[in-house]
Amino acid sequence: MTTLAQFRETWRRDRVFDFMLPTPEFERPVDTRHGPILYVEDVSVSFDGFKALNNLNLYIDDGELRCIIGPNGAGKTTMMDVITGKTRPDTGSVYFGQRIDLLKLSEHQIARGGIGRKFQKPTIFEALSVYENLELATAADKRVWYTLTRQLNGEQRDRINEVLIQIGLVDKRHSNAGELSHGQKQWLEIGMLLMQNPRVLLVDEPVAGMTGEEVEHTANLLTSLAGKHSVIVVEHDMAFVRSIARKVTVLHQGSVLAEGTMDQVQNDPRVIEVYLGE
Amino acid sequence: MLTQRLLLSDRGGMLVLGLVLLMAIIVPICNLALPTSSPFYISNFTVALLGKFLCFALLALSVDLIWGYAGILSLGHGAFFSLGGYGMGMYLMRQIGDRGVYGHPELMDFMVILNWETLPWYWQGFEMFWFAALMILLVPGLLALVFGWLAFRSRVTGVYFAIITQALTFALMLAFFRNEMGFGGNNGLNDFKEILGFDITAKTTRAGLFVASAIALILGYLACRYIVTSRMGRVLIAIRDAESRTRFSGYQVESYKLWLFVFSAMLAAVAGALYVPQVGIINPGEFSPLNSIEMVVWVATGGRGTLFGAIVGAFSVNYAKTFFTTFSPETWLFILGALFVLVTLLLPKGIVGLLDKLVRRKGDKA
Repeated sequence: MTTLAQFRETWRRDRVFDFMLPTPEFERPVDTRHGPILYVEDVSVSFDGFKALNNLNLYIDDGELRCIIGPNGAGKTTMMDVITGKTRPDTGSVYFGQRIDLLKLSEHQIARGGIGRKFQKPTIFEALSVYENLELATAADKRVWYTLTRQLNGEQRDRINEVLIQIGLVDKRHSNAGELSHGQKQWLEIGMLLMQNPRVLLVDEPVAGMTGEEVEHTANLLTSLAGKHSVIVVEHDMAFVRSIARKVTVLHQGSVLAEGTMDQVQNDPRVIEVYLGE
Repeated sequence: MLTQRLLLSDRGGMLVLGLVLLMAIIVPICNLALPTSSPFYISNFTVALLGKFLCFALLALSVDLIWGYAGILSLGHGAFFSLGGYGMGMYLMRQIGDRGVYGHPELMDFMVILNWETLPWYWQGFEMFWFAALMILLVPGLLALVFGWLAFRSRVTGVYFAIITQALTFALMLAFFRNEMGFGGNNGLNDFKEILGFDITAKTTRAGLFVASAIALILGYLACRYIVTSRMGRVLIAIRDAESRTRFSGYQVESYKLWLFVFSAMLAAVAGALYVPQVGIINPGEFSPLNSIEMVVWVATGGRGTLFGAIVGAFSVNYAKTFFTTFSPETWLFILGALFVLVTLLLPKGIVGLLDKLVRRKGDKA
């Protein structure tokens, strides 16, 4: 009896086996017919018993600018790791559009497919020039043989110049990226994301360590990106969040505590208790 | 376009390659055409020594390519060098024919001593030069492919990678020491007679091998330049400096590392194959971990991440080694250790970096 039950459980008739599923195709446009471009459902991750994410549910609409806030250890960075393929969750599912299961893909496939990520600490290639940094990030064939034998075409070079203007680093194009100021490094990294032509941008603490003027510039940059791209910003700086946010999600202990406009969220008693009212 | 990219934009490299080219012309002429009494005569010993250095320079190049550009520190490159050497050694052994001490038409002397009846399967085909040449590239390449695939896929990096490559070369050394392996055990392969029909001890053959080594070094250098000046070269630097950023930019870091490692292993193998006929012996001692560490010291001393620095380092450290092991053999290891410490502390960019600094300071004053 138990064998039979086990057999039935393993060979369920309503299930499609993983190996029979078609491999996710990024060539076709991402299917966003139902609104969201990113589905994070029931995701749990634990490290040595500590639950970094606990049944997290999150839906990001196509073209939306979403801010995610939460105290330290709320699981913000882990959430980004899960979406970009760096960490595999214990349970749950993460879909890009209707069809693409991100949990089956590796980091470079996800990046090529249209999800770009900016790290908390600006991470750029310091030994290379600004131009070369953008060149490397360009959406082109990224297999070994092509990078060895092919140069970028005119269209791709034009795109680099466009992005140089957008991030305000035109006169720095031939400088070493290591010589840039902190704020400029942050913009360069955002520029590198743009070169990938991503549908979704994950931006981790973009204004940490920036001067007031730089913060303003960054806010303009990010709001101008929304619409064409979906932008998810994780940030601690409340003034900055207020200046750009349309919708805010508050994370606490690995799951969503509250979601809504900045005002709604700030007046939510639970949020005040754990975070804002400190 | 391509000459601009490979040579003209690289002044230090042009200088070093020019010197190598000059050496490839002058040394054989001074050795062959001049009488021994002439003050410009270059002795057979010096030709062999410089030929050896040329092979070491090619080997250093292969280490610099992966360490200087992709940040992969291999402390086991001696394994690929020695495998290439053994490939050439097997070809040279098959050329001996029945001229061995025991006069067996097919078996090597050491096989006769072991009472073997037939030639082992893996010695088949090595009487043909083209087959041996193919194996010299394929066997180390395949080893690097399998080993690298396993290591890079599991994301083994940094010190851990250095340690397992060290273990690889040590394991190979132990294996090649065993007589049952069929590679001559402790004594290795030696007593070579001829290469491609030429007497291996003849002066002209020696000069030919010298020139071949110089050409291999120049071609190897240009191939490495081609890689590091391409978009791939910039991806490698990106991997060295910020691996996860490269990954999130959409590059499959593992396959970049893997193919570079395989190419580097093949380059090291070619160096080994040219080395063996010039020194006349290959034995398991070449696999010793110490040798592989020395290679890294050459590159660090010359200047990591410049390619030509590796050539400078290989020549200068080996010249120093020859000098010191002749005059006071006991001190060499201490000097090598001191060199490594000093270079790490005082000359992070090696000799090349020091010269570059001096030239610039002079330029500022003038």
